[in-house]
Amino acid sequence: MPRLMPASGYVLAVAGALSLWGAQATANDDLLKLEKDPNQWVMPLGNYAGNRYSELDQINKDNVKDLQVAWTFSTGVLRGHEGGPLVIGDMMYVHAPFPNTVFALDLSKNGEIAWKYEPQQDPNVIPVMCCDTVNRGVAYGDGKIFLHQADTKLVALDAKTGKVVWTATDGDPTKGETGTSAPLVAKNLVLIGNSGGEFGVQGHVTAYDIKTGKQVWRANSTGPDKDMLIDPEKTTALGKPVGEDSSLKTWEGDQWKIGGGTTWGWMSYDPDLNLVYYGSGNPSTWNPTQRPGDNKWSMTIFARDLDTGMAKWVYQMTPHDEWDYDGVNEMQLVDQKIDGKDRKLLVHFDRNGFGYTLDRETGELLVAEKYDPAVNWATKIDLKTGLPDRVKKYSTEANGQDVNSQGICPAALGSKDQQPSAYSPKTGLFYVPTNHVCMDYEPFKVAYTAGQPYVGATLSMYPPKGEQNLGNFIAWDATTGKIKWSVPEPFSVWSGALATAGDVVFYGTLEGYLKAVDAETGKELYKFKTPSGIIGNVNTYERDGKQYIAVLSGVGGWAGIGMAAGLTEDTAGLGAVGAYKALSNYTALGGTMTVFTLPE
Amino acid sequence: MHSDWRWFIALVSALVACGGVAATAQEATTTGNAAAATDEEKPYKIAPDGTVDWATFSGFRRYNSVCHTCHGPDGAGSSFAPALVDSLKRLSYEQFTEIVVNGKTDVNTATQKKMPAFGLNPNVMCYLDDIYTYLKARSDGVVGRGRPAKHAPKPPEAAEAEEACMGN
Repeated sequence: MPRLMPASGYVLAVAGALSLWGAQATANDDLLKLEKDPNQWVMPLGNYAGNRYSELDQINKDNVKDLQVAWTFSTGVLRGHEGGPLVIGDMMYVHAPFPNTVFALDLSKNGEIAWKYEPQQDPNVIPVMCCDTVNRGVAYGDGKIFLHQADTKLVALDAKTGKVVWTATDGDPTKGETGTSAPLVAKNLVLIGNSGGEFGVQGHVTAYDIKTGKQVWRANSTGPDKDMLIDPEKTTALGKPVGEDSSLKTWEGDQWKIGGGTTWGWMSYDPDLNLVYYGSGNPSTWNPTQRPGDNKWSMTIFARDLDTGMAKWVYQMTPHDEWDYDGVNEMQLVDQKIDGKDRKLLVHFDRNGFGYTLDRETGELLVAEKYDPAVNWATKIDLKTGLPDRVKKYSTEANGQDVNSQGICPAALGSKDQQPSAYSPKTGLFYVPTNHVCMDYEPFKVAYTAGQPYVGATLSMYPPKGEQNLGNFIAWDATTGKIKWSVPEPFSVWSGALATAGDVVFYGTLEGYLKAVDAETGKELYKFKTPSGIIGNVNTYERDGKQYIAVLSGVGGWAGIGMAAGLTEDTAGLGAVGAYKALSNYTALGGTMTVFTLPE
Repeated sequence: MHSDWRWFIALVSALVACGGVAATAQEATTTGNAAAATDEEKPYKIAPDGTVDWATFSGFRRYNSVCHTCHGPDGAGSSFAPALVDSLKRLSYEQFTEIVVNGKTDVNTATQKKMPAFGLNPNVMCYLDDIYTYLKARSDGVVGRGRPAKHAPKPPEAAEAEEACMGN
């Protein structure tokens, strides 16, 4: 039987926490309890394991067709709205893109605004955000709401009053460092990653003390071992120690200092193993010829000890990236059987189009298969070496600078971007919002200037040859690496999914539909057109005996400003894309939260 | 050799007419203002079979690696920043250059538009004329959306100028 992390493990984890931190209860104790309460939605991905699953079943596959809008709320911000609201006790916390407004809505008073926080941020940060001024949500712990602002500041707000408790500065936006990711709160730490891979920023994850905001540890993605918190003897890659200078050896000169590997995606946490999981992004620049070597540890899954930050294992999915296939997508932690054996798994749908299943304790690679049949840059992944078998025709390195490599699938957006998947322990399946987009990619020489774009390639994107849909919503079996079903969508599915015990799976579309489908078959059961395109994540909670579904709409993000604008005119250069109408024919900007429930 | 292009950029900032890569700046002073004005109006060369000159193609590439994240692919605009295919109908070469070099701010209660200064960015400044040429061609409707299907080879002068301007 597939299941979530075993309940017995929590006893051990709590006991461990007590011995480490003395008698004082940690935020973790509280959150370990809260994440099990389906009435609330206490972390962006639903639980530490990143499953985006709810035990609530009042809304089920038979009655979901009757769903109605209960209430709506405008954020007053026009940009792309990623992430989703949290529900803790009587309060719902809603965030917005730049200027990163946070609202606390009192659900006991019909959603009255209990407090509002709007930081003053230098507008100079706007143009150094590569792909819209998005923010993927706030986190909760220790009676505080944590906001990772665009200007890299991590702010702790009193959850009751919105008063600033402490502020920490993570990076320097004048060098292109920005904040877009949702924090992870575990034990007495608040963890955040950074953004800015298109500006030659060096990636890192930093842990801050939950009480004071003081930095506890920082782990870089590239550079000397001690700054990466990598132990050459103890940190392993596919079971073997990584050895000394594992990153430095894979870069030319000092390039690792501007080598990217930013950490702007999602983090998961296993309290039993005390390990935090996340991925690093693309190496800078997008021109592979300019940065010879494997560019470690960009494009890598990291497993780190929560307390010390030391890396237990690493796995680089796309060595020497040639296509901008960031490795930052969510890490789903599940316990499932493989070949009849119970395994502690990590499942990751990478931008590069492969769905990876690893042993999350050891980093052993168990399954790596294409989750979009269109993927063509590699034929397969060797499970022993972990290396992709690249197809020369689609290698922008082999074809060289100033050559337009054509027909590469997936496009730089990836077969999936940050939009997080869901996992149902009832079906044992993963529900994955995907992009079905290919590209032409031409790299060329660029120079680095601090705080300026450092890209070095031009791209055209279009659906796979002979196809019309730019996205699919799929169900995936991670134990075998097979697609169970696939629902075509006219545009990329850029919204985080939600699976529930009611055998319904929810997701949003770029045109603005909230959709409910049957978890077993993918059959559409319900749809409603929200005020704008959805790039937010669907959440659920229960209040006074009623289950609610909540989602932020507000088109934007990379999908909204790049792809969407690219679909406006019929041209030979854009191929089949010309057959589409513009996304702007379906939707316009504007941030609104829509909350659904069943009629009385 | 970064000092080279910094010096050169100072020159552009001072709004020396017909800036761009150093070689063309020198030529322009000898050919005079009248010829330069015509070039400014129609700086691109498009062959009857649609083959675009190197400057237009180079501008396409550079535009779509730096400028497009805000101004949209192919100058089509986005919710972030205006469509340059329209702006270039109004802006002179000098105005265009001034905005790229120094940036532009339009932040108030209704809007939050902020263009950074690109004056120190060789990926933009070494190709400023190319980007202008491409956008002018887009604005005049002689080059369509997407990648130009055919382009002239890179002339040796362009390669030399690039080498001198980009350094390393």
